[in-house]
Amino acid sequence: MTETTTHPVPDDPGCTASAGNAIVPHMKILVIEDDLDAASYMVKAFKEAGITADHASDGESGLFMGTENTYDAMVIDRMLPRRDGLSVIGELRKRGINTPVLILSALGQVDDRVTGLRAGGDDYLPKPYAFSELLARIEVLARRKGTPEQDMAYRVGDLELDRLSHEVRRAGKEILLQPREYRLLEYLMKNAGQVVTRTMLLENVWDYHFDPQTNVIDVHVSRLRSKIEKDFDRPLLKTIRGAGYMIKDDG
Amino acid sequence: MTTNLRLLFKSTAVRLSAVYILLFALCASFLVFYVTALSERLLTQQTRDALQQEMAEVQRAYNLNGMNGLLRSMERRSRQPGAGLYIIANPSGEILAGNVADIQPGVMDKEGWTQRPFRYDRYNDAENARPHLAMGHVFFLDNGLRIVIGRDLGDPDRFRALVRRALMVALAIMGGGAVIIWFFIGRNALKRIDRMSAASKKIMGGDLSERLPVTGSGDEFDRLSGSLNAMLDRIEKLNEGLRQVSDNIAHDLKTPLTRLRNKAADALAERDGDERRVALEGIIAESDQLIRTFNALLMISRVEAGSIAAEMQEVDVSAIAADSAELYEPVADEAGLALEADIAPDLRVKGNRELIGQALTNLLDNAIKYAECGDGPAKIRVTLAREGARTVLSVADNGPGVPEDRRDDVTKRFVRLDESRSKPGTGLGLSLVAAVMELHGGKLELKATDPTAATPGLTVRMVFP
Repeated sequence: MTETTTHPVPDDPGCTASAGNAIVPHMKILVIEDDLDAASYMVKAFKEAGITADHASDGESGLFMGTENTYDAMVIDRMLPRRDGLSVIGELRKRGINTPVLILSALGQVDDRVTGLRAGGDDYLPKPYAFSELLARIEVLARRKGTPEQDMAYRVGDLELDRLSHEVRRAGKEILLQPREYRLLEYLMKNAGQVVTRTMLLENVWDYHFDPQTNVIDVHVSRLRSKIEKDFDRPLLKTIRGAGYMIKDDG
Repeated sequence: MTTNLRLLFKSTAVRLSAVYILLFALCASFLVFYVTALSERLLTQQTRDALQQEMAEVQRAYNLNGMNGLLRSMERRSRQPGAGLYIIANPSGEILAGNVADIQPGVMDKEGWTQRPFRYDRYNDAENARPHLAMGHVFFLDNGLRIVIGRDLGDPDRFRALVRRALMVALAIMGGGAVIIWFFIGRNALKRIDRMSAASKKIMGGDLSERLPVTGSGDEFDRLSGSLNAMLDRIEKLNEGLRQVSDNIAHDLKTPLTRLRNKAADALAERDGDERRVALEGIIAESDQLIRTFNALLMISRVEAGSIAAEMQEVDVSAIAADSAELYEPVADEAGLALEADIAPDLRVKGNRELIGQALTNLLDNAIKYAECGDGPAKIRVTLAREGARTVLSVADNGPGVPEDRRDDVTKRFVRLDESRSKPGTGLGLSLVAAVMELHGGKLELKATDPTAATPGLTVRMVFP
């Protein structure tokens, strides 16, 4: 089960359409992974998405590199030689390094996720995963590092969302949303310009951590889309094939 | 034979009986000594009573007829068969009359009961020359003469000896018998244990159909064999299930892998850029489906292994049901079917929110998939209610349903009814729901929504304890 990650083709639109490098210029991350095939694939795929990825193949050297250099985010496998992933995170946090960490795990289900996040991880992705999923999550994590969550209003083009009054307006005209639609839009706008996957939406809007089996998320998004785009000429909410969704103003 | 014997004495049964016999012997000896002592005391008491009475009579004779009466009375008594001791002596201890030749000095110095047995010699006691022991009562007359009336103690001594000999014999018989019984019981037990270990060796050798011997006597060995056999039955069944599952997995994963490989070959052969992209996207979709299958399999085995049990807590199952219904409502709407929810508020169960949520969404997925195939307007109903002490979360559809004889099968991994093979899915949805219910100590019930309808539909009930 070491090589079951799905690899999108290098020119897959799902990856290149990501605007990650535009938001965080010269993003640099650290990958701590002992499976060399998986690691070299990851480094190459990140590079194609415009992200520089350093690689460490065991816990000790990963801890050293994580301490010596500054990264925007880290991908840490849970089971590593010489020092396991959770202990690396614990040690980094102890040394005052709060770089966002995504834990990769072959162990993979509900309870592991909880222990992983308790140990100081910021996100968790069970193996096998799709690279587009990993990329989207890393970009969101890296950006979160820069922007504190105090924004009281979000704005994408002429679309505005007021987090205090829960009002949504486009071109000054109020749009009425169901509570869940509001949360969906809020999450999309918080990560404007970035790809969010269906799993990320299910996690952050519904607080469920499993794969939606049918197109449940798509239907919710298309309902939201019709509400915010129906009477306006410019589309804002884009479907990124093979990856997820992104809200962005191209104008 | 010696090793056999050593083995025999190593056996628990033999050791236990040895301990019991020892304890029993100790108790018996104690009992016998106690009984002897008691009867001795009783005898002594009786003797004393008799002596007291005699003394009273002798005294009365003296009081009535003076010295003459006394002498006559003593004379008469000492001539009776098996008579006791009768002595009349002067104050210096010299014996004047009676049936005793000599007495241990000092006995007659104090009035009252003699403190300890004393030695004496009778007249004409040729055959039994050794001195006798006796106890007696000493009485001083007003003229200074001393009277002793006593009883020989030979009798109690003989009695004691008799009891002790009887005890020894009884103990010897008991011990001997016990050893013989031990030998047979112990050897029997040993043989049965040997048979059991022989059977276990066969089982360890891989023959899971072997069973431990049961004699039908219903004793401890039989009960032990019985429960071990029940355990073996369970293991065999699990093993069988596991084999079937791995067969199924091998088969069900081979199919999509072959498909994946063919698509990759097609993509490779494709010259046109757009066509190629479509083929590659198909490959990604196929891989995603495989990942989903693997995740579902992993999830089921982890749930079945119970390793998630630690994360169980009180959860608001009403909220889960409402969230899930809300999550699927647009999908149902899109598919042109009505999703109704009848959810009792504030119901809580001990469980895992994620797992219950996933189980319920699996059921909703299924219901949406199959309700469309039914007659009439497709309808799905999510119900949460208390039924007595239990909380029941159910999803009902009016699709084609599952025939009664296949309802147990469809909760097994990868089992899909032939009619549903054309539908997308992993064949693992209901297996996960069943595993989740097992973990929650509840059960999964499948029944027809409306047995009289053309398409009876399926109602899946998650019953929480």
